[in-house]
Amino acid sequence: MRNPQLNAQGELTHLLTLEGLPAPVITHILDTATPFVGIAEREVKKVPLLRGKAVFNLFFENSTRTRTTFEIAAKRLSADVINLNIGASSTTKGETLLDTVDNLVAMDADIFVVRHAQSGAPHLIASHLNAHGRSHIHVVNAGDGRHSHPTQGLLDLYTIRHYKKEFHDLTVAVVGDVLHSRVARSLIHGLTTLGTPEVRVVGPKTLLPSKVDALGVRVFHDMREGLKGVDVVVMLRLQSERMKGALLPSAGEYFKHYGLTPDKLALAKPDVIVMHPGPMNRGVEIDSAVADGDHSVILPQVTFGIAVRMAVMSIIAGN
Amino acid sequence: MTATQTHVTPMTATQIPDAESALAALAERMRAAVAFDAAFVGIYSGGAWVADRLAAMIPGDHPVGYIDVSFYRDDFARAGLKAGAKRSELPFDVANRSIVLVDDVLYTGRSVRAAINELFDYGRPARIELAVLADRGGRELPVEATYCGVRVAIARSLSLALARDGDKLRFDIETAADA
Repeated sequence: MRNPQLNAQGELTHLLTLEGLPAPVITHILDTATPFVGIAEREVKKVPLLRGKAVFNLFFENSTRTRTTFEIAAKRLSADVINLNIGASSTTKGETLLDTVDNLVAMDADIFVVRHAQSGAPHLIASHLNAHGRSHIHVVNAGDGRHSHPTQGLLDLYTIRHYKKEFHDLTVAVVGDVLHSRVARSLIHGLTTLGTPEVRVVGPKTLLPSKVDALGVRVFHDMREGLKGVDVVVMLRLQSERMKGALLPSAGEYFKHYGLTPDKLALAKPDVIVMHPGPMNRGVEIDSAVADGDHSVILPQVTFGIAVRMAVMSIIAGN
Repeated sequence: MTATQTHVTPMTATQIPDAESALAALAERMRAAVAFDAAFVGIYSGGAWVADRLAAMIPGDHPVGYIDVSFYRDDFARAGLKAGAKRSELPFDVANRSIVLVDDVLYTGRSVRAAINELFDYGRPARIELAVLADRGGRELPVEATYCGVRVAIARSLSLALARDGDKLRFDIETAADA
């Protein structure tokens, strides 16, 4: 079966996951993001690429940062942006997901940006559009369940490439709540596809998926061991609101073992960069001295995220 | 193709214009006329090479910038976004400045239209002039060069492209991709 994200020419037409996306497609997105970073420094922070197009932000799950950065990205491409907080309207009246989509198609949507608590919801929408002769309408996954968050993965890759130039000699540690993290999954797939020789996941057994080594990563339960000699540390948010049952004794206990503090960070390479997808829990997974320190590139990640989302939307809209 | 289009026979290899002598002629025309502090803005990629060379040949204080018109093209809906878009670099304030837009080949005028639109998103320039190494006719927009190195007639089925060996410029004629 054809990759549902690619058209018959192998070009990106939806962005659903980084899993199975060929390296040249990922590199093309990262390369295209670079000129978009420059747009933010101009007097007029807009280009006319998506003039006359309508981007619908379909958020079935709350998110302030991701929705805002998609909205800014679409507006900087001159698209019209319509934000729908679906959780609060149609579905509570009993409408199905695909009926909602068909109604918005009737309102001439060009791009759907979809966040859903259910893994696979963006896939379902993309397949529905493809099957009904509407492959000119594009879908971007803005996070589905525990499955995937491809634009976050791409902005992480962009940030790493910006500071480290190449992937082929890097050691990257992903630390924390990998079990609940679609961010971690997307980033690990992307790093592997681009030829990163060593990706480590670091966390307690209860927060790592049972078959995590199948992703091609090295597993560490001792954070000090896991951080030795790494070039990049990616801290994950402790997703306490998703935790069912007692996976951890307490937030304080977690910080003691898996919180990123200056003394633990000192075990990494001297030019290590520290990343975090946000929102941060200071004093739970990361110490303020690190979050605000010289190695932190957490705020540049946000800025790059807008450029990466501009690149994704302009590439898929043209295919 | 418009009804007024003149049909020309395809060029043979001997008729390919010499890029270095076109550059010398272009610089000669600009030398006396260009403002001493005009910025040169080359359109990627050929125009950027020409802008670099001109800045070294023409007296005055001429900062050089580069512009990539990928995000302003009028064929995006048809052709999509091409790979290899570069970041525009204008290391000076565009507002109130005299600017000479530099391109390698002037043809339909569509790239120039896109470049002028992009320049205005950086600020309001005092004036914009256009310098081209070669003008091959075939305009589809009301755009003319202020300074031109050489005029050539080339069939629509062929493309005239600038290439660079080290610092030396050279024209190549190829079958046009969309012919």
